[in-house]
Amino acid sequence: MDEARIARRGLSPRLWLAGGWLLLALLAAIFAPLIAPQDPLAQDLMLERLPPFWLDGAEPGYWLGTDSLGRDLLSRLIFGGRIAFIVAFAAATSACLIGSALGLIAGYFGGWADRIISRVVDVWMAFPPVLFAILLVAVLGTSLSSVILAIAIIDWTRFCRVIRAEAMSQARMDYVESARIAGYGRTGIMLREVLPNVLPSVVALLSLEMGIAVIVEAILSFVNLSISTDDPTWGSIIAEGRLSIHQAWWVLVFPLITLILTVLSFSQFGEALKARFDPVLR
Amino acid sequence: MSACLDIRGLSAVLPNGQRVLRSVSLTVQPGEVRALVGESGAGKTMIGKAVLGVLPKSVRVVEGDMLIEGEDLGQLDAKARRTLIGARTALIPQDPLTALNPSRRIGPQMTDRLVRILGWSGERADKRIRQLLDEVQIRDPERVLKSYPHELSGGMRQRVLIAAAFAAEPRLIVADEPTTALDVTVQKQILRLIAQLQRDHGTAILFVTHDLGVVAKISQKVSVLYAGKVVEEAETAQLFAAPQHAYTRALIAATPRYTDPYASLKPVDESVLAGLAAEIAAADQSWRPGHG
Ligand SMILES: Nc1ncnc2c1ncn2[C@@H]1O[C@H](COP(=O)(O)OP(=O)(O)OP(=O)(O)O)[C@@H](O)[C@H]1O
Ligand SMILES: [Mg+2]
Repeated sequence: MDEARIARRGLSPRLWLAGGWLLLALLAAIFAPLIAPQDPLAQDLMLERLPPFWLDGAEPGYWLGTDSLGRDLLSRLIFGGRIAFIVAFAAATSACLIGSALGLIAGYFGGWADRIISRVVDVWMAFPPVLFAILLVAVLGTSLSSVILAIAIIDWTRFCRVIRAEAMSQARMDYVESARIAGYGRTGIMLREVLPNVLPSVVALLSLEMGIAVIVEAILSFVNLSISTDDPTWGSIIAEGRLSIHQAWWVLVFPLITLILTVLSFSQFGEALKARFDPVLR
Repeated sequence: MSACLDIRGLSAVLPNGQRVLRSVSLTVQPGEVRALVGESGAGKTMIGKAVLGVLPKSVRVVEGDMLIEGEDLGQLDAKARRTLIGARTALIPQDPLTALNPSRRIGPQMTDRLVRILGWSGERADKRIRQLLDEVQIRDPERVLKSYPHELSGGMRQRVLIAAAFAAEPRLIVADEPTTALDVTVQKQILRLIAQLQRDHGTAILFVTHDLGVVAKISQKVSVLYAGKVVEEAETAQLFAAPQHAYTRALIAATPRYTDPYASLKPVDESVLAGLAAEIAAADQSWRPGHG
């Protein structure tokens, strides 16, 4: 209750820290060409493996150092954020729309609609998700849209399961019955009475899913199955960093920190938003 | 003039064949309050849900008719039935917390039905709702209309629901134990409010309760339900003065009196219940849908 009250006053540190980091990362990604100190693709063998700014041998303008080809790490991280956020928003939103809609229908209408949807979800979830993603991308080809598609195709079940359960308990509530007595149609009740009550969960899941999408994209890049361009992605930087861990630890550590901060922020931001949206907690 | 509600020989069964309603017949005349009493599990709520067309999927009506103001619900298609029930009836539910949508403000929740279902203008609906809030003695309608349900007390929520029930001038209200979930101190006020609005609006009420004290206060007629069967029906005064059925007598004897709350309090006699159970079992033996 305390946390909820703090959240209402807009002072929740969780909300501000998570939201602040996400906003910063997002703005950096959007305005990457203006912000990035260097060209993320420019190689310069004279500048290879420069350490971050506080260590001996650092060069001004290369804040986080350079990789083994002499490319500026900070600039690569900033540009890598573009793909991370595009994937996060597109994949999570698609998964959310498909999964929430099916979950709402299954949970509220029940009957055969529920039986069919629940069966599909069960079958779907029997596949290990990362293997499933790698398989899909291998089939669909390595491009931005196939990565997004793969994540959406795999992860809609997350939304479906949770929203189904919530819609189901909402459907048993007396106010749904009252709405039926008053003469509302079933679809109208689902959208007007049930949907607003499951929305806080949808928002929390959506934010969490964005974090998951960032990780999945990184994993796919890591195994060289993401976007087949030279554009940096967090996953591909991590993959490169792993190879030079002994000579240049920063190439691995900074993208990992960026990734972890972003993923954590998405999940914390979602939880905080949920507490804010929920009228009973508010 | 046809009855406001006329239930004729209604029987309903569960999937396992168990009967929950046994040839129930009862009428509610226009402007009259009919109490429906019986112990927990007797089927009171089932009757209310049957009237309002919201029986659980597992419960199947196997015989009988229901008429609202002379219109046979069984003769109407599903859509026409919903329209008729929506326009002429309303529910005052038992639990005022779960009967309101927690994520919507009271105001829109109350006007929505008038505007969307009955096609009123927003302005007219708003005026009407304020008038009703005044009738249920809510003194700060501005605040209440802007509130979420959890921000109001139980008594306030029930007032809101009573106002909502009367707002569209239904001919029949089903009140299912409308005071049970409330504080004892609030129960009386709510009961008085329902009685007041019922008189002012001339609305017929099917009043479900297990409390004979409430029956005596609010109703003109009573039906006594036991195990889904109406064992006695009478004018309220008549029922208390000269109960005909052994179960009714036992029920009255089991009701505490304010004058002597302990001396008169004794549980319903075992032998009466045993007799009833045997009677009902015998009836079930020979019962076939449509011939009961
Ligand atoms: N959803 C349901 N599905 C199947 N059977 C049910 C359902 N709800 C209630 N019943 C059964 O139907 C019978 C009548 O229940 P009902 O709720 O009408 O009783 P009641 O008289 O309203 O009792 P109470 O005073 O406790 O509210 C009970 O035996 C109960 O177990
Ligand atoms: Mg009941």
